[in-house]
Amino acid sequence: MSDFLRSWLTLVLFGGLAVLIVGALLGLSSLIRPQRQTEQKGMIYESGVDPQGDMWSQSNIRYYVFALMFVLFDVEAVFIFPWATRLEAYGVFGLVEMAIFIFILALGLAYAWRKGLLRWV
Amino acid sequence: MTLILAEMAYWQETSIRLLVGLAAVLLPAGTLVYLFLFKMMSFMQSRLGPMEAGPYGSMQLLAEVGKFLQKEDLVPRAADRIVFKLAPFVVLISTFLLVLVIPAGPDLWFIDVDTGIFLALAVSSISVIGILMAGWASASKYSLMGALRATGQLIAYELPLVLAVVGVVIQAGTLNVQNIVMAQATGEIFGYGGIGNPFIFTQFVGFAIFLIAVQAELTQPPFDMPVAESELVTGYLTEYSGLRFLMFFIGEFATAGIFSALAATLFLGGWYVPGLDPTDGLFNVIGPAVLFAKMLLVAFLIFWFRFTYPRFREDQLQKLAWKVLIPLSLINIVITGVLKVVF
Repeated sequence: MSDFLRSWLTLVLFGGLAVLIVGALLGLSSLIRPQRQTEQKGMIYESGVDPQGDMWSQSNIRYYVFALMFVLFDVEAVFIFPWATRLEAYGVFGLVEMAIFIFILALGLAYAWRKGLLRWV
Repeated sequence: MTLILAEMAYWQETSIRLLVGLAAVLLPAGTLVYLFLFKMMSFMQSRLGPMEAGPYGSMQLLAEVGKFLQKEDLVPRAADRIVFKLAPFVVLISTFLLVLVIPAGPDLWFIDVDTGIFLALAVSSISVIGILMAGWASASKYSLMGALRATGQLIAYELPLVLAVVGVVIQAGTLNVQNIVMAQATGEIFGYGGIGNPFIFTQFVGFAIFLIAVQAELTQPPFDMPVAESELVTGYLTEYSGLRFLMFFIGEFATAGIFSALAATLFLGGWYVPGLDPTDGLFNVIGPAVLFAKMLLVAFLIFWFRFTYPRFREDQLQKLAWKVLIPLSLINIVITGVLKVVF
């Protein structure tokens, strides 16, 4: 196997090891901890009174616009990284190209700002 | 060290890497909890902190783990049991994988991949999924609200985090973390190469943005609205008890340690000490200690902010990310690019 693939195999193995260690700790804990489930213990916490209504109630997700903007900028970051590593080779050409790219994105941010989407509602 | 590693079979080498990696996650986490959360916080608040378990309470954390092991593992009746139990694992895996990209010496690395820093940023954002799983599966209003707040915060601050790193990548010209350290060791600050080029000098804005974003990613005060105990009873952690709660707790402090090490590697020169030859075998011996010292320095800053600033409001938080940090980091990228091409 090439060194490249071996590095990634190490990554996978380490993830597995993490799960294993934590699982072992949980297993150890299940041997020594008490298990006395009661009606009250199964209830969720709601400031000490009985929980009211549906637990998965509809709530106003105020951040969905932010989530959309996040996708926009995260994709942008993916494009910026390869450019950043090769800037020396591209020189002024690469700089102007990326300046235009970032300008267009900043324009998007400015538009959302102007529209009041970045305000807490 | 090179010779020893070269002679070993792949499985032997990997076993050592895995065990050292495990220690590299847990030991800094324990140190941070004891040194900063227990002791520094106590001294800042004019009290002694733990004093009973071991000399100066140094065994307190082990005592806590022993306590949490014996606690009953409660799952709410209405909860989505499988997702509820999986959530801490997702958060922990994100933390554990993050440590692998950090090198501790010229030949001391866990994985040496060309996309190193990009991998770290990608892996660190997995924890959002774990937090959302925890909040949703708990079937509790506080948990859901906390998880939604956490998601909004983590994705907002991931952008400054990523964009701040771009400045470093432009200067180093590589995504490989080992090469970024080398670039700092052999670099020059406007022609002066006496101390190399730790990017904190040429990328100070990036360093500041990175630290603020890390603070928010850790959901620590002053950015701890998702786990605000007085409003949301610790948010997405409300329904967790016993060992599963401890897993989130360990995850938070391990992430604090690893992000500090990452900041030390990207901005303070990692395992390198100015004035010495970076290819010297000496660094395979003192490298981990140097990196650990620099990590503690950055962690000290993070926890200092944590203990001294009051909590922001939710709208102030989003405003800071979108209207200050992101435009600032975009400007930082452009200026860094221009300077790179001009010089």
